[in-house]
Formats: sequence, structure tokens, C-alpha cells
Amino acid sequence: MTQYETVIGLEVHAQLQTQSKLFCGCGTVFGRAANTQTCPVCLGLPGTLPVLNRTAVEMAVRTGLALSCTIRTPNRFARKNYFYPDLPKGYQISQYEAPICEHGTLDVTVGATANRIRIRRAHLEGAGTPLLEIVTEPDMRSSDEVVAYLKGLRDVLVYLGVCDGNMEQGSLRCEPNVSLRPVGQQQFGTKVELKNINSFKFVKEAIEYEVKRQTKVLSEGGTIQQETRLWDADRGMTATMRSKEEAHDYRYFPDPDLVPVEIPAEWIAEIRRTLPELPAARVKRFVADFGLPEYDAGVLTSSKAVADYFESCVALFPQPKTVSNWVMGELLRELNTSGTDVAASPVTPERLVSLLKLVEAGTVSLKVARDLFPEFYASGKPAEQLVQEKGLTQVSDESALGVLIDEALAKNPAQVAQFKEGKQQVVGFLVGQIMKASGGKANPGKVNELLKRKLGG
Amino acid sequence: MSLHKLTLHELQQKFTAGEVSAAEIVRAYFLRINQVEPKVRAYVTTLKESAAADAGVLDEKLKSWRKTAPLMAMPLAVKDNICTDQVRTSCSSRMLEQFVPPYDATVMAKLRANGALLLGKTNLDEFAMGSSTENSAFGPSRNPWNLAHVPGGSSGGSAAAVAADECAAALGSDTGGSIRQPAAFCGVVGLKPTYGRLSRYGLVAFASSLDQIGPITKCVTDAALMMNVLAGHDERDSTSANVAVPDYLRALKKKDVKKLRFGVPREYFAEGLDPEVEQAVRAAIGEWKTLGGEIKEISLPRTDAAVATYYLIATAEASSNLARYDGVKYGLRSKQAVNLADMYLKTRQEGFGSEVKRRIMLGTYALSAGYYDAYYGKAQAVRTLIKQDFDAAFKEVDLIVTPVTPTPAFKLGEKLQDPLQMYLSDIYTISVNLAGLPAISVPCGFSAAGLPIGVQLIGRVFEEETILRAAHAYEQATDWRTKKAVVRA
Amino acid sequence: MALSRKEVEHVARLARLDTSETEKEMFANQLSSILSYVEQLKTLDTTGIEPTATVLGRVTAFRDDVVRPSLPVDRAIANAPEPDEGFFGVPKIIT
Repeated sequence: MTQYETVIGLEVHAQLQTQSKLFCGCGTVFGRAANTQTCPVCLGLPGTLPVLNRTAVEMAVRTGLALSCTIRTPNRFARKNYFYPDLPKGYQISQYEAPICEHGTLDVTVGATANRIRIRRAHLEGAGTPLLEIVTEPDMRSSDEVVAYLKGLRDVLVYLGVCDGNMEQGSLRCEPNVSLRPVGQQQFGTKVELKNINSFKFVKEAIEYEVKRQTKVLSEGGTIQQETRLWDADRGMTATMRSKEEAHDYRYFPDPDLVPVEIPAEWIAEIRRTLPELPAARVKRFVADFGLPEYDAGVLTSSKAVADYFESCVALFPQPKTVSNWVMGELLRELNTSGTDVAASPVTPERLVSLLKLVEAGTVSLKVARDLFPEFYASGKPAEQLVQEKGLTQVSDESALGVLIDEALAKNPAQVAQFKEGKQQVVGFLVGQIMKASGGKANPGKVNELLKRKLGG
Repeated sequence: MSLHKLTLHELQQKFTAGEVSAAEIVRAYFLRINQVEPKVRAYVTTLKESAAADAGVLDEKLKSWRKTAPLMAMPLAVKDNICTDQVRTSCSSRMLEQFVPPYDATVMAKLRANGALLLGKTNLDEFAMGSSTENSAFGPSRNPWNLAHVPGGSSGGSAAAVAADECAAALGSDTGGSIRQPAAFCGVVGLKPTYGRLSRYGLVAFASSLDQIGPITKCVTDAALMMNVLAGHDERDSTSANVAVPDYLRALKKKDVKKLRFGVPREYFAEGLDPEVEQAVRAAIGEWKTLGGEIKEISLPRTDAAVATYYLIATAEASSNLARYDGVKYGLRSKQAVNLADMYLKTRQEGFGSEVKRRIMLGTYALSAGYYDAYYGKAQAVRTLIKQDFDAAFKEVDLIVTPVTPTPAFKLGEKLQDPLQMYLSDIYTISVNLAGLPAISVPCGFSAAGLPIGVQLIGRVFEEETILRAAHAYEQATDWRTKKAVVRA
Repeated sequence: MALSRKEVEHVARLARLDTSETEKEMFANQLSSILSYVEQLKTLDTTGIEPTATVLGRVTAFRDDVVRPSLPVDRAIANAPEPDEGFFGVPKIIT
């Protein structure tokens, strides 16, 4: 039986986070009532003209530079002509033969395999909120690779502050095109474009479904139709879009209402200078400078806000691994449970560090601090106050511990006898009993030391 | 002297001197309109009440506040493809018969800010596509000099209104000659400014890379006066130029044309040029020589390609510009439609006249898959060659003198059956739009039948001053402008 | 260059014009004669000539990313053929 190789290219539409629309001064707030953010220009009224949003261009350049693209100057807008009720002018203003960004790359890792995905182009378009359409070469070979690329790209966009990366709300949309070819064949197979995918989970499911479907068709000697198929999440399958009446003939031509977009070298240099550190570079730095395991570095940098939070903590409490454990464990758990963004976390870096300092000073035990965290998170009280109120201060006082130890020895004569016969293991049991009796507040190190002294002496 | 016979600057002087009120001006003009409009049909909308009300407010204000603005109380007409806030802007099309813009075109806002009174909106060939106003959905306008003849087009209504003294001055738009040709046919002055000199914001687009708004006036001084108000950069129009605006009236102070070199392109005096027109234009050239100008024969070798180039580019852009008329958000919506696809088809079929449909068809074809390179792409390259011809010529001369039209105004119906013949009548004006240059049409005589003839002066980009200066010197040295059209009852 | 009736129909469909039978006939004739006329451009050598899309020189026009007031809804939909409580009503896509 023929073995097939999967070939996938991806078109991603990222909504840019500008204040106003791409070609007019109307706002771009998500969820406003219909027709409240419109003006003669975006209604496409006769006589109106588009004027390009500078910030959208800057965001496109920033993204292009982050993806190692060449910035094309001048780049140009064209009209893509077709009729559609949501298209007020009967054409969309897009970039066709002269896009703003070209020839970029993004590195992705799946398991142990690293791969460089080539980005063919990125261009601006849209009548409302500016869209940056980022198109790859057909360089991906599996659904996992697509997800890795998409997550990597989303991280870059969010890091750059150009897109909120929200797939569910549609601010990041992806349209994979999937084809199969016999292993070893150079020529590409017929590709199918997939639409209506609004989560990472569905990207994976849709591609896997499509690969199975195409494999079946080809194995049975059939041919693949070049078409657009919609992902149906409820049924877990792709289905043909209602066939169009005729093939599109978009009749692209340069938009005479807009002038070629010149991007001076100084502007590009300025944008390059102010590019933030990108996720991949940050992972490397966290490993090298903080001695964190790859895994920790990856988790912490998966969101710019979390990575920023982590670094703020480390600045106040220079024990990176300890901070990493707390951020990845207790903090992210609470944030996820309550659906809170790290930027809005009630536990600020200062508050978290105050708790870590109590543990370091031995004021509370690590266990107590961990158990206390949900309340610490919810209450908003200072760590010291909460520990005192709950009476959780660790007991290290020898006379107080001595009382507890004496009680434990008196209650467990059998174990004491066993110890005297040389069974060292019973110490652990006895420490446990003492800790239990103290309500977890006894300092375990101190208990160990005192216990051995008493038994020995 | 009746107020309506005055030129814009004469009327302005009278008003500024306090000899006449805004209300009197409006009254006088509507008397005139009532008298001749049934014959001329220059307007598609008249605004008697709002003009009178605006005049009243102005007069009241001026009692306590003696501020002047260049066009204060000046009674103007605006072509009905230029958007006017809360005043219907129909483009003389069924499609926009009910369309009332919620905004003013930038030029309209400038007129208002300078105190002008809007008397009405003038007729045009539907969506500015035509050379006679016969393509208006509301019926043609007539040439005030002879009602059996067309006023030219597409700004025929504006030119007829100025020639018939139904307004003091008007705005037109010029995509391939639509200001200059009707100005020549109606014996008035029409200026097509450099592409980008005036804002196009609010001008309903025909062919965006060629369209330009300009004044149609009774004399050259009035054109300069209008340009002082209209010219300038507009942040709403990416294609408006950020180039300093001179005082155009100052340019008229020089009464001669000494040191100016006038180029006469031989291709413009070839076969097809009516002898009467040629004679009048050659006489004008002689006059400029008398006034101290240097006359040189030049060549614009790609002139013959201009009409073909123009009709490919203009229709391609138009096919896209007119795609928005789909019955969804404004304008006509067919009552026959049963679903959306059908609504598009029926609305556009019912809303557009045949010339508009013909051009949409041609433009759609020129852009369609497989034909782009052969038609639209080729035309854009030839456009470059045509521009290069002018660039070369302007190294040798400062102005180019040509006829505006091959013949005086033709009769209604004469060219309706043959669109290509109609297109060919634009031969002398079209290249100017392709090259983005400024050009003026100035009256230079009459045919034996008593129809006006115009002469065209073409200048370098942003050199409207030179054009106005030479046109003004010629106008002052001749007396063509003293002749007035007599509208026969 | 003659334009066939089929080509006229194709172009009319692209342009969303529901042309009548007589118009198809007329357009086929008129467009054919116009296209024959524009054939003359083929005789001009344009090898290496940059196409002119705009006659403007090297300019770039940008707008600052500032929100400006939008139109009130009643003004925005004032010209709607069939306004529907703040929306532009349209017929069903298919029936």
C-alpha cells in the first residue's frame, strides 16, 4: 500500500490591536452594537476615500522583523473585487503583488525535532480592524507541527503586543491547506483549504480528520478535489462548502485611492531597535542565566506576562528555581482556576516574595505555606498577618517542642523499645507523630535533632 | 446692470462694498433661474429655500460682524457628483436618485466655510460618464447658445448654468475633459487642476487616478478666485498633494506673457479638426505671440494612443468604483429581487443607464483573468509613455496650446448611437488627465453658426499660476467674454 | 477583436449586470468595436516601461491611529433601502 506524506501550509489572519480601523478613524471595540462604529468611509459611501493607519503599518513591520522577513518598500494596496453583503464597496483593499513583509521564518520544535518554517509573505488588509495575513510555504508535515507553529506564532504576536491571540474570539484565525503525496514524490498533491477553525484543539482535529479522509480517497484510487472545506466541531469532521456559482476572478489592480507605502530605512531601524525579546530567545536566557530546566523556561515564557511576572519576582528574591516552582505550581493553578490573567493577579510579585521570605526565614514551613496559598491568593492579606491570624508560625522553641516530644515518647513505648534495639527507622514514625500533634507547625529539623538527643541520652 | 450678469469677482466687490445684500443676490438669481431653467435644464436640484435662508442668516450676521470671506454670499452651483451634506447627490443616476449624503465633500465644506451660497446641484452624464449630459437619467441639459445643441459633458449642467447666468460660478469634475469640453462648448472658462491639487474627498468616483474637481467660471479671474479657496492638501484624501498653495489672483497681475514659451503640438492639428476651430485656435496662438510669447512647434508622438489608453484605465477603475452600488446600504434596491444574488443583478440592471453599463462591462473585461496584461497592464505602460511625451515637451516649453474639442457643440442625439465616436471627441483633453497635468479652456471665438470655441492651455504639474496668467492676458486682450448667450424663449 | 455573446454573458455575470437579450447583442457589437480600436496599443513597444498606476510622485499618506467620532446610527443607516431597527436589512442569501 502507498504511504502518503502530509503537506500543510498555513494562512493566519491576525487582528491588529490598533485603536482605530485600518482606513478610517472609527473605533475597533469588540462587541459594540451594530453600526455604532461606522462613518461615511467604512460604510463605503460614494465619494469617500481610505487613509492608511500608520500604527497598523508599524505593527506589520514589527511582526515582519520578528519573523525575519524582508520589509518591502514601497509596498502597495490593491483592490480585490467581489460582491458580498459585508463588503460595502464591492472590493476589499488588500495587498497583492507587493506585500509589506516577505521571506521570513519561524523555528518550531516538535518532540526532539526542530524545523524552520518559511513564511512566504505577510500583508495588510481589511475594511474594519486591520488584519495581518501571514502565509507560510507548504513546509509542515503533521498536525503537531502546525499546532507548534501556530502557538509559536501566537506567542510572537502577543509578545509584540500586536494581537491578543484569542482564537475563540476570532482575533487569530487560521486556514490550513492540506494535501497528500506519495512518500518520495516531489510534486505536491491537490490541496484542500480548511476554514472555520477556532481553537488549537480543532486545528489538530481538523487536520487529522482531513488527512484520514484524503488518505482514504487516494487509497481507494480516487482523486482529491481542490476545494474549501469547513470544520464542523460538533460532528468532528470537515465538509464541503456549498459550491460557489463560479470560480472567483478577483480582478486585482492597484488601488488608485491609496499611494505606494514608503517605509524609510530609519523607521525600520527604529522599530527593530525597540523589538522586545521574543519567546525563543527568552527561553535560552532563562536556562543560561537562571539555571532553570528547559521545561520551566518553556512554561514560564509561554506567555509574556507570566515571564515578566517571574522576572519581577526573581529581581526581589534571587532564587530562580524556588520562584519558578511557586509560579508554575501554586500561582498558575490559582490563576487558571479563577480564569484570571496574570497581569490582574491578586498576588503581585511583591506579595509572593513576602511569602517566600517567610519560608526562607523558617517562620512557616514549606508545607504550611503551600496549604495556605489559596487563602493567601483569595484574601489579599499580607503574608505575615495571615500566618499570625491562623497561628501558623512554625514552632522551633526547644522547651515547647520538648513537651511534644515527651508526650510522643510516653504514648509510644513500643517504638522507643524498638529504637533501643537498634531500629533507626522508627525515628521517622515518631517525628510524624510529633508533627501531627503540633498541627504541622513544629519545625521538622528541630524536632529531629531534639528527638535523637532525647533517645540517645 | 442685472446682478446675474456680473462675474463672480464683480459681484463679490458689490457685496463687499455693501451695495447689495445676500438676500438680494439669491432673489436675483432665482428670478433668472425661473426664467431660463425650463429651457436650459442645467440643474437636477435647486435649493431656493435653503439658499434664501442661508442668505438671511448671513445678512443678519453681517449687521454686527463685518467679517469677509472670499466667497461670502456668492451664489454657486455644484455638480451633482460632489457630495453635499443633507442635500441629495444623485450623480444623475436612478441608482442614487434618493441618496442624501451625511457629509460634505471637502471642496463643499471649503465653499461653505468661505461664505458661499449653494443654489443647486447641476446635471451631468450619469456618474460623469459621457460628453454631452445626454446620459443623465433625468434628461439632457441644453446649450444656452443654441438649445438644439448639447452643452458638452460630463459637467454640462455646471457649464450651462454659468453660461446662462444661472449661478456666478460652478464646480465641475474632469476625468477626461469633463470640465474643459463643456466650458468650450458653452463659451465659459473651465480649469482642470493638477491631479492632487484639490481634494477628491466627497467626489463620487468615476476613475480615481484621473478624476479631479475644478471651477467653471465666467472669466479667468473668477477661476483664480475659486482656486484660492479650493486648492490644498486634505488629510482625508491620500492622493491630495502636500504642496504649498500660491495666491492665484496675484499671478494675474502680469498682463503680458513675455518670456513664456508656448508649444503647439502638431498631432493636435491633424485630421479630424474642424477648420473653424483650427482657425480660432491659431488666431489665439497669434494673440499670445503678440503679447510677447514665444511660439514653438512641438511633438507629442503618443497622442493617438491616448483615447484607447484612457478608455481602458478609466473603465477598469470605474468597474470597481461602481461595484458598491449593490442595493445593500444605500441607493436603489430593486423591488423585483427574491434573494441576495438576484438583488445585486436586478438592482444594478435597473439602476444604471446603458453608457454606465457599457463602461462597467469594458472595464471588467479589461481586468479579468487572462486579459489584464493585454489591456489594463498595457494601458498603464502606454500611460507612462504619454506622460514621458509631456515631460520631454515641458523641457522646451512652458505651456502647450491646443484645441479643446475637434468641433463646436454637436446636436443632441448626434453621437448617441456610436459610443466610439463620442469617445473620440475627447481626443484633445484626455492626455492631460493621463499625465495628471493642469489645463484650462478659455473662450477664443465662435463658429459661423454662433457656437463658442475654446482654446486649451496645458501647464506643468502645479503650475496653475502660469496657465491662469497666460489665459488672463489673452482674455484681457480680446473681447470674447463680453458676448453673452441669449437663451431663446 | 470580436467579443462573443458567451464572453459578454461571463463579463456581465462578473459585473453583476442582469443584461437583457438586446443589451447582450448591443454590447457584443459595441465592445467588439471598442476592443478593435484599442488593439492599436499593441503596436507600441512598452518593453521595460514601468506601468503608471498613479501620477503622484513619491508620497505616502498616513493617518494617526486616533479614534474619531463615528456617525450616529440613525445617520449611518439613513439611506438604507430597508432599514431594520439599526441594521441594514438584506434579503436572504438563498431562497
